[in-house]
Amino acid sequence: MYIAGLGVISGIGNNVAEHLAAFEREEAGMADITLFDTIHKKQLPVAEVKLSNWALIAMTGLPERSSRTTLLSYVAAKQALDDAAIPNLNSFRTGFVSANSVGGMDKSEDFFVDFLADNSKGKLRNVFDHECGSMTENVAEKLGITDFMTTISTACSSSANAIFYAARLIKNDILDVVVAGGTDALTKFTLNGFNTLMILDKEFCKPFDEHREGLNLGEGAGYVVLVSDKVMTTLNKEPYCKLSGYNNSNDAYHQTASSPDGTGSYLAMTGALKKSGLNPSDIDYINLHGTGTPNNDSAEGTAVKRIFDPHYPPMSSTKSYTGHTLGASGGVEAVFSALAIKHGIIYPNLRFETRMNELPFEPQKKFQKGKNIKHVMSNSFGFGGNCTSLIFSKV
Amino acid sequence: MDDVVEYNGTRLTVIEPDFKEYIDPKLIRRMSHIIKRGVAAARECLNDAKVDMPGAVITGTAFGCMEDTITFLTRMVEQNEELLPPTAFIQSTHNTVAAQIALMLQCHEYNNTFVHKGISFESALFDAIMLLKEQEADNILVGGTEEMVDTSFKVLTRLGLYRRWPVSNLELFATESKGTMGGEGSAFFLLTDKSSTDNLAELTGIKTLYKPANIEESIRTFLKENSLSIEDIDVVITGKNGDTRNDAIYKNLSASVFSNTALANYKHLCGEYPVSSSFALWLASNILKKGIVPEVVFERKTNNFAPKKVLIYNHYQNKYHSLMLLAAV
Repeated sequence: MYIAGLGVISGIGNNVAEHLAAFEREEAGMADITLFDTIHKKQLPVAEVKLSNWALIAMTGLPERSSRTTLLSYVAAKQALDDAAIPNLNSFRTGFVSANSVGGMDKSEDFFVDFLADNSKGKLRNVFDHECGSMTENVAEKLGITDFMTTISTACSSSANAIFYAARLIKNDILDVVVAGGTDALTKFTLNGFNTLMILDKEFCKPFDEHREGLNLGEGAGYVVLVSDKVMTTLNKEPYCKLSGYNNSNDAYHQTASSPDGTGSYLAMTGALKKSGLNPSDIDYINLHGTGTPNNDSAEGTAVKRIFDPHYPPMSSTKSYTGHTLGASGGVEAVFSALAIKHGIIYPNLRFETRMNELPFEPQKKFQKGKNIKHVMSNSFGFGGNCTSLIFSKV
Repeated sequence: MDDVVEYNGTRLTVIEPDFKEYIDPKLIRRMSHIIKRGVAAARECLNDAKVDMPGAVITGTAFGCMEDTITFLTRMVEQNEELLPPTAFIQSTHNTVAAQIALMLQCHEYNNTFVHKGISFESALFDAIMLLKEQEADNILVGGTEEMVDTSFKVLTRLGLYRRWPVSNLELFATESKGTMGGEGSAFFLLTDKSSTDNLAELTGIKTLYKPANIEESIRTFLKENSLSIEDIDVVITGKNGDTRNDAIYKNLSASVFSNTALANYKHLCGEYPVSSSFALWLASNILKKGIVPEVVFERKTNNFAPKKVLIYNHYQNKYHSLMLLAAV
């Protein structure tokens, strides 16, 4: 299962090149909220994609009524497909497996204001594409992929699950090429939802820091193009890497909180290692889930300790740049993992100052490149105890 | 199926069991309808199969937890984003039912949720079949869940999905008109690759199609891929829903590929909803196990016999089409 193409859009850039530049400049994407009116404006920083809906519509040629989630999805998915540059794509069985957490909620919440005042009001075109599956369908249609499509929604691990589901579709000889990943636009619904949980940091987030106070929300989309061995031989390029391990396990502890010993994350990581046939000491970099909430980082850190102690690979949370892009994060961070292998990058964990009392390790602070990175582990954990780890390996 | 309830209206609602028989009463209070129904259906499925711990939990739902989503949205608007309680939000994610099943069972295994419109359930089923083939898990719990709340019913009515006038569900197919009856439901299945006479039925084939150019051709191809022809099928269960636009496809097929086959329908019993094919799969499995097709589902009978092979063909708004093939064990 090779990764032949990458596409990403987030608060730190609109394509792969802009992301690499932002990482090197150590520049985070968080700022004040501009996308919608909310009482949380200027109170809670978020990492918005720096393009308006109008700019995205002009860029993509999608209909004006499109959800921002669809728009972001198409930008990144198209980049990934173009990057893979598969000759005679039409001769292969091609699929689109995409994830998101709240579908067209950005439009539905506008509809809902008018609807609530008068049930016969509210523009129906704003609610027509509410379903998560509509985002996938609209993008697949525009990409010209109709052999196979499906949508996964498991909260913040959604797109990591989409990526390994795609790999299994190839392994089971259902498809030859799959564009897989996820998308989520910032919405008032999710902003307020996370705010009720009191896990949003009023400052820029500090993942894995003793004094971390929560996460910053972000938005974006990230996709990889997975191809079979057969398709790989027809490409005029080297793959970025391969997907060598994956696993999904459930914490089965609480609807939102992680268990103190990180049972779910421990099982996800060990399961992925087992699948890849690798030992913990083979991992050269961990892209942590690292949301910056006290609970996540403590549970994830404990699980990392249980597996890697005493030899810890370099690790960091790129959410310190992009914020937490929710259903998109597994896809966005899969792209970062592939780039880490290709360019030998260790991403810094911005704003880290103080090691957590309970952990004997700390994340990387400086941007490094040109290193020999052979195996990267990427963690994505979501509500409902849904824990997924992916392992990407140099070919 | 001997005790069919008649409804007059444009919407069929779930007939709920006593949830206390399935769920800890302390937890029931905070659960929305879709969660209670999903968890109870999953529990009943495991009880019937005499399995305590499934090897994986996979659900399909197009709209997810609408009740909690709408509760949170309403409060957000009415309270101007202030003093919002978190419960509705944390239970609004699409994977809540699968997560609550894992929590109830303390099941740490693979847990996934598919949310792809009219093939959400088929996607979940397809994942389970792959897991079995990969030898990754056995006893996989797969379910389709959907809830219809007043708000979604109003919006979907405005979008033209349902009848404009009340109708009896038992007269749904006799009164051809625009629109169908709204529905909802939860159905769970336990899939194993171990053959046993205790199994309800064997799922021998599944296929989903997006905007097929020629559905008749696709059905014949699907049967051929499964080394069958239409003559081998004892009963075809179709997704007819009483909406003239929707049913035109079934009408054509009934005069062509299905012209000599016994036909059955089910949406007058559960209404139309994106994962209604899970109801059809439940129906088909029971038809095969019991060897009887209930009178209330027959559209066209053939000679009296115990059916051995059933084909389910459903389409959702003529975009997503699905085929499931079952055989008696």
